[in-house]
Amino acid sequence: MRVMAQLAMVMNLDKCIGCHTCSVTCKQAWTNRAGTEYVWFNNVETRPGQGYPRTYQDQDKWKGGWELNSRGRLKLKAGGRLKKLFSIFANPLMPSIQDYYEPWTYDYDRLFSAPMQADTPVARPRSLITGEPTKISWSANWDDNLAGGPELAPADPVLRKVSDQVKLDFENAFMFYLPRICEHCLNPSCASSCPSGAIYKRSEDGIVLVDQDRCRGWRMCVTGCPYKKVYFNHRTGKAEKCTFCFPRVEVGLPTVCSETCVGRLRYIGIILYDADRVTEAASVADDKELLEAQKSVMLDPHDPAVIDAARAAGIPEDWLEAARNSPIHKLIFEFGVALPLHPEYRTMPMVWYIPPLSPVVDVLSGTGHDGEDAGNLFGAIDALRIPIGYLAELFTAGDPEPVRAVLRRLAAMRSYMRRLNLGQEPDESIAAAVGMTGQGVQDMHRLLAIAAYDERYVIPKAHAEQGAQLEELALGSGCSLDYEGGPGMNGPFGEASGMPAPIAVENFHALKERQRGDDLDDAGELRGRVNLLNWDGKGTPDGLFPKNGKKEES
Amino acid sequence: MNALDVVLWVVAPYVALTVFVLGHVWRYRYDKFGWTTRSSQMYESRLLRIGSPLFHFGILVVLLGHIGGLVIPKSWTEAAGVSEHAYHVVAVVLGTIAGVATLGGLAILIYRRRTVGPVFTATTRNDKLMYAVLAVAIVLGLAATVMANIVGGGYDYRTTISPWFRSIFYFQPDPALMAGAPLLFRLHALSALLLFAIWPFTRLVHMLTAPVGYLTRPYVVYRSRDEQPTGSRAPRRGWEPSR
Ligand code: HEM
Ligand code: SF4
Ligand code: SF4
Repeated sequence: MRVMAQLAMVMNLDKCIGCHTCSVTCKQAWTNRAGTEYVWFNNVETRPGQGYPRTYQDQDKWKGGWELNSRGRLKLKAGGRLKKLFSIFANPLMPSIQDYYEPWTYDYDRLFSAPMQADTPVARPRSLITGEPTKISWSANWDDNLAGGPELAPADPVLRKVSDQVKLDFENAFMFYLPRICEHCLNPSCASSCPSGAIYKRSEDGIVLVDQDRCRGWRMCVTGCPYKKVYFNHRTGKAEKCTFCFPRVEVGLPTVCSETCVGRLRYIGIILYDADRVTEAASVADDKELLEAQKSVMLDPHDPAVIDAARAAGIPEDWLEAARNSPIHKLIFEFGVALPLHPEYRTMPMVWYIPPLSPVVDVLSGTGHDGEDAGNLFGAIDALRIPIGYLAELFTAGDPEPVRAVLRRLAAMRSYMRRLNLGQEPDESIAAAVGMTGQGVQDMHRLLAIAAYDERYVIPKAHAEQGAQLEELALGSGCSLDYEGGPGMNGPFGEASGMPAPIAVENFHALKERQRGDDLDDAGELRGRVNLLNWDGKGTPDGLFPKNGKKEES
Repeated sequence: MNALDVVLWVVAPYVALTVFVLGHVWRYRYDKFGWTTRSSQMYESRLLRIGSPLFHFGILVVLLGHIGGLVIPKSWTEAAGVSEHAYHVVAVVLGTIAGVATLGGLAILIYRRRTVGPVFTATTRNDKLMYAVLAVAIVLGLAATVMANIVGGGYDYRTTISPWFRSIFYFQPDPALMAGAPLLFRLHALSALLLFAIWPFTRLVHMLTAPVGYLTRPYVVYRSRDEQPTGSRAPRRGWEPSR
C-alpha cells in the first residue's frame, strides 16, 4: 500500500443555477490573457447539449482517455508511445479553434470615433484570431439553456447513446447544468500523453500541473485528455490547464470557482488513496465496474492501518485530520451520493458530482403531482427512463442502478426533511427505505442544504515551512538591518516591536478577514498595517487617509 | 589558398558551431519558456497534416544522410565492402527523394504560412528569417546534388568536403579541401553555417529536445512541490520565486 493524498471536489448539481459566475471569476483569475481567449478552465454546459469543445464526449471521434487492449492492458486510446512519436509532426486528433469557438471582441472604438452620420454607429464583432470582422456563430455555451434545442441538442454524444430516437420535444425536455473543471485524475491520460513529461501530478496533493518551462508544445495532451481540459495557448505555444488554484489551496483557501459559486454547491477536501492499485483498478474489464473499482482505491481515513501507512508515507498529521473530516469522503462513502464524471474514460477522475434530482421533480410537479412526496418520487425515479439513462451515461458508464440509488436518497432527504419542517413526526421508514437512519439523513441535509463554509471546504495548508522562511527573508522588510539584534531593529520596547510580520502573511490574513466578514463598518479595522497594497477599497482605514479637519488642526 | 578561404572555411565554421552550442546553452538557461514548437495546428490542420510530416520525415532522412556522408569516412564503408558505385547510387537516390520531400513539405508549409490568415498573423520576423535561411540551405543542397550527379558526371564529396568537415572537429582545419569544391557545394555549406548560427535563436530549437525519452519513462510523472523550482534561471540569493 502506497498512500497518497489527493485534493478532490464534489459538485451538487441540483443547486447549480447556471449563472456562470464560476467560469467568469476563473477566467478573470487565470485565462484573461492573449492566447487563452478561448480557454475556460471552468465551463458550465447545459445538458443535454454539445458541451465545450463541441461533442468532446464522442471518444470515437476524439480518442481521449484510455482503453483496454486485446490483452486487457491499459493503453492510450489515441495510440501508444511509438504511434504518438510518429504522428507528432501533425497531430491527427487535434481539435481546431473552431471546435472550441473563435474568440472575438467588438470594435468599441467605432462608437466614439465614427464621424457624424445619420445612423447610429455599431460596434462590429472582430475575431481575436485573425483581427478581421467576423460573424459570431458559436461560443463556449452557445446552446446554453437548450438554446437551439431541437437542432443542436441531438448532436449531444451522451443523448445519442441513451436512445436512437429521442426526439428532443422542447416542451418536455429535461435540463440541468454541468459545471466542469479539470478532474485532476488519479490516472491522468494528459500526463501520460505528454512526450516531454512536462505534465506532472504533485505527490503532496495530486494536483495535475503543466510545467511551463518543460512544455515544448507537442500538443499531445490536448488529445489525451478525454474531458478536453488541457488547452493550447496559441500565443505562447504551451499547454495550459486548470491549476486547482494551487496558490490558494496551499494556504487553505478554496479555489476561485468554489469561493465565488453562487449556489455554494462545491465541496473541497482530501481523499487518501492507494497509488499502487490505481492501474489495476483502471484496468477492470467491465466499464460498469469502474465506479466500484475507483471507490476501492480510495482508503478509509479512520482505519488505523491506513493511518499508519499514511504516516509512513510522510503525510503530515493535519492532513490526516483533514482527510477524516473530508466532505468528499462523506459524500462518496458515508452518504453515498457522489458519482464520478465518465468513469469509462478510465482516468479515475477526482471531481465528482451529486446527480440532479430536479429533472424528476420537474416532471412530477409539471404533471400536477406532489414533487416532495417520497412515494411519488420513488415511483418516478423508477419510471423515468430518459433522465435516469442520461445521468447514467454521464456518471456510471450507463449503469442506471447507482444513479437510481443516489436519487432515491436525495428524494428521501427531501420528503423526510419536509415532514420535519412542517412540524410533523419524523418518518423513519423513509430513511430506512434508502438504507439510512433519520440522523444520517439530517447530517446529509446539513452538509448538502446548509452547506456551511467550514464544512464545505476542509483544506489543509501545504507544508512549506522552509519556503515561507525564504519568503520572509526576501519580503520581510525593506531594511537589511532589520534582523534580530541589528541596528534597524526596534526591539520589544519601541515602535513595531519584535520581528516584523512578513508583508505577504500580514496581507493574507487581513484580506482573508475582510473577504469572509460581511460587515462593511468594521472593515476599517484591518489587523496590522494598512497600505495601498492591502487596502481593498472598503471603508476608510485609519492611517491611510488624512483625518477630516486635519488641516485646521495643523 | 588565400585569406578568404581561411575566413570561410576555418573561422566561419568555428564561429557558427560556437554560436550553435553556446546559443543553445544560453537559450536553455534563460528562455525555457520560449522553447517550443509554437504549433499552429489549432489554426489550420489540413495543409499542415500534409506538409509537416513530409518536411519532417524528409529532413530527418536528410540529416541521417549528412551524418552518413560527412562523418563516416570513405575508408570505413569501403572496408565494410560497400563499393563506391553502390554507395553513390544509394546516396543519390535516397538523398534526392528525401530532398524533394523536404522541399515539397517546406513549400507547403511556407505557402500555408503566407495564405492562411491566422497562421500568417502568428508568423514573426524571426520565423521569416528562419524560413528564408532554411529554404536557401535546402534548395542549394538539393541543387548541388542534382547538378553534380544527374546533370554532371558525379562529384565525390567524400574525398574533399567530408574530410574538411571532420578536420574541423579534429581541430586541424584544412581549408584547402573545401576551396576546391564546386561552387554550389560551397554555397550550400556556407548557408548551412548561417543556419546553424541562427538556429538557437529561432523556433528550430525544438529539434534538440526531440522527446525520445517518452519511449522509456513511466506514463504518469509525479513531482513534489518542494523540488527545486524550475525557473528559467536560478533565483537570486534570498529570493524565492512565486510558485
Ligand atoms: C525529431 C525532431 C523533430 C520533431 C519531433 C519536430 C516536431 C515539430 C512539431 C511538433 C512542429 C509543430 C507543427 C505544428 O503543429 O505547427 C514542428 C514545426 C516545425 N519544425 Fe520540427 N521537429 C523536429 C525536427 C525539425 C528539424 C530538424 C527541422 C528543420 C531543420 C524542423 C523544422 C520545423 C519547422 C520549420 C517547423 C514550423 C512548421 C510551420 O508551422 O510552418 N523540425 N516540428
Ligand atoms: S481531466 Fe485533467 S487530469 Fe484528467 S486527463 Fe484531463 S487534464 Fe489530465
Ligand atoms: S457559480 Fe455555482 S451556481 Fe453558478 S454556474 Fe457556477 S457552479 Fe453553477
